[in-house]
Amino acid sequence: MADRSMISIHGISKYYGPYPAVSSLSLEIGGGEFFSLLGPSGCGKTTLLRMIAGFVEPTDGSIRIDGQDVTGTPPNRRPTNMVFQNYAIFPHLNVEENVGYGLKRLRLDKTEEKRRIGEALEQVRLSTLGSRKAHELSGGQRQRVALARALVMRPKVLLLDEPLSALDKKLREQMQVELRSLQQAVGITFILVTHDQYEALAMSDRIAVMFAGKLAQVATPKEIYQRPVNRQVADFLGGMNFLSATVTGDTNGKVAARTDIFGDVVLEKPPGFTVVEGKVTLGMRPERLRLLWEGETAAKEIRGTVSNRHYFGETTHLSIAVDGLSAPLSIIETNNYGADDLPIGAGVRLAYDPDALVLLAE
Amino acid sequence: MSGRLRLLPVFVAAYLLFLYAPILLIPIFSFNNAASTTFPLAGFTWKWYVTLAGNTVMLDAARNSLIVGVSVSILATLFGICAARAITRYDFRGKRLTSGLIMAPLFLPEIIVAISLLMIVLAMGAELSLLTVILGQTVFCIPYSMAVLVSGFEGFDRSLEEASQDLGETAFGTFRRVTLPVVAPAILSSLLVAFTISLDEFILAFFLTGTQQTLPVYIWGQLRFAAKLPSVLALGSLMLLASVFLLTLAEIFRRRAENRKILQEVPHG
Ligand SMILES: Nc1ncnc2c1ncn2[C@@H]1O[C@H](COP(=O)(O)OP(=O)(O)OP(=O)(O)O)[C@@H](O)[C@H]1O
Ligand SMILES: [Mg+2]
Repeated sequence: MADRSMISIHGISKYYGPYPAVSSLSLEIGGGEFFSLLGPSGCGKTTLLRMIAGFVEPTDGSIRIDGQDVTGTPPNRRPTNMVFQNYAIFPHLNVEENVGYGLKRLRLDKTEEKRRIGEALEQVRLSTLGSRKAHELSGGQRQRVALARALVMRPKVLLLDEPLSALDKKLREQMQVELRSLQQAVGITFILVTHDQYEALAMSDRIAVMFAGKLAQVATPKEIYQRPVNRQVADFLGGMNFLSATVTGDTNGKVAARTDIFGDVVLEKPPGFTVVEGKVTLGMRPERLRLLWEGETAAKEIRGTVSNRHYFGETTHLSIAVDGLSAPLSIIETNNYGADDLPIGAGVRLAYDPDALVLLAE
Repeated sequence: MSGRLRLLPVFVAAYLLFLYAPILLIPIFSFNNAASTTFPLAGFTWKWYVTLAGNTVMLDAARNSLIVGVSVSILATLFGICAARAITRYDFRGKRLTSGLIMAPLFLPEIIVAISLLMIVLAMGAELSLLTVILGQTVFCIPYSMAVLVSGFEGFDRSLEEASQDLGETAFGTFRRVTLPVVAPAILSSLLVAFTISLDEFILAFFLTGTQQTLPVYIWGQLRFAAKLPSVLALGSLMLLASVFLLTLAEIFRRRAENRKILQEVPHG
């Protein structure tokens, strides 16, 4: 994935008054990587991105881009370009002039300049709109202009601050696919800020999950989703059933634990995990539990009753009360077999896979 | 219902007639070949405009008006830019109160403002001159300039300057290639509005001037002589034309500024 380190952030902090927006954070991002910064509102994603761009001066720490220390270098002399959240299209210029804005300073000859503008517009499929004034464009088109305007500079790193959040759902999903294939076509490092976990999961090579100015976990989408390191990360990335368990064995890399409903299980320890007072929290994603219909059997099953049901069109979310559990289990069923018609109070059997259980730090 | 619908155009027509007919009489009589302003008209003539061209006192007044107008529009716009930038860019305590106080002269009786300024000028022992007129009218025009500029600057998003810098432009280049062009329509509009107000302004100019008079003050002086009335009408027609022209221009720039502002709100889809 990452051929070599493109961005290397070392012990960076940003204080606004006494409060850190980002606090001693270190991170390596590879060349050609699609990297997402994911976290709730106010966790410092934008601050971190703007420190990479040069708009925010770090209080502490250093940033290297492609081997060069850029700490203290102003934005106009960094090999990065940014797509702003509101796109910041220059209102007095048309599409071509917007895209050519940065090229003007490079003093290319006219034909070369025209060629690069044309190429960039083609990349974002806007070739026919070159002479439109900025206020004659839709939100999606403005987004493409902002992209072309940054890409035409051939930056080493493209920074995107919630570029899709102003678009409606349908267009957003279409742009996610386009943005990802564009990144693969141009092959430069993209750093995307988002608070939408599905966007991060769908687009990224790797995701950094941030809380309160600190990194909680940096990993591939699959790993982040399936093996979250703690309760907070697990919760932020979608539904999760939390169970408490009693530790029966604690070796180097593994923990053996006894659960009320899944019996005895052995779990891998995430890095830095320590058992506190013989108790641990386990998690299981709702879709890893499956309803068993008449005549179906599974190697591992448990019984419960339907206590709640929510219909979502393609899926139904069910709450299943199980004896010995204080909170019901959540499960997600596709609406193939009639999960959407199960009455509240119906007795059901669930199949589970003990390997889907993860050990979560608090 | 239908009765009301038919009444409305009549009402509008009457209203417009009441508003504009007296003003329209001025250019009509300025081309009338007679010294009196009565109907029936006595034939077409340019002669009142020709006498105007040879009237050195009037030309002096016109020059004074031009000096005052240009100075006032520049000063009011400069102060307006500072105030508008502070109001649109920064949050500070008492912001509402401050902008309210700056706008207040709009609603104060002009004659009160004029008398108070006169008292201050006299108390300071300063000499009445075009300079005192300029200062007085500047105070009076700042709220108008500021209103135009605030509406223009509100559309200016800081991220435009950041985007420019991000694309490799220096701070000065950013000012020249982004900041200035984006706010230019609002600035032009403010200059034109302030100039037009100054051109027509009588009370302050009357109270605060010394021996040099501006056009409105000159006109007022001429009204004592019945024979001079037709040239005054010719002069009035020209000033009317200039005002309408300048305000139209100001409106065109204001709309352009408005267009740029709309862009800041990203539409969905
Ligand atoms: N210029 C500033 N002055 C003071 N505090 C700031 C400033 N910029 C950001 N902060 C604070 O720093 C913290 C992190 O802000 P940041 O904008 O980086 O969050 P974010 O993760 O991008 O959030 P969002 O998803 O809402 O955009 C917030 O608590 C914010 O209030
Ligand atoms: Mg943000």
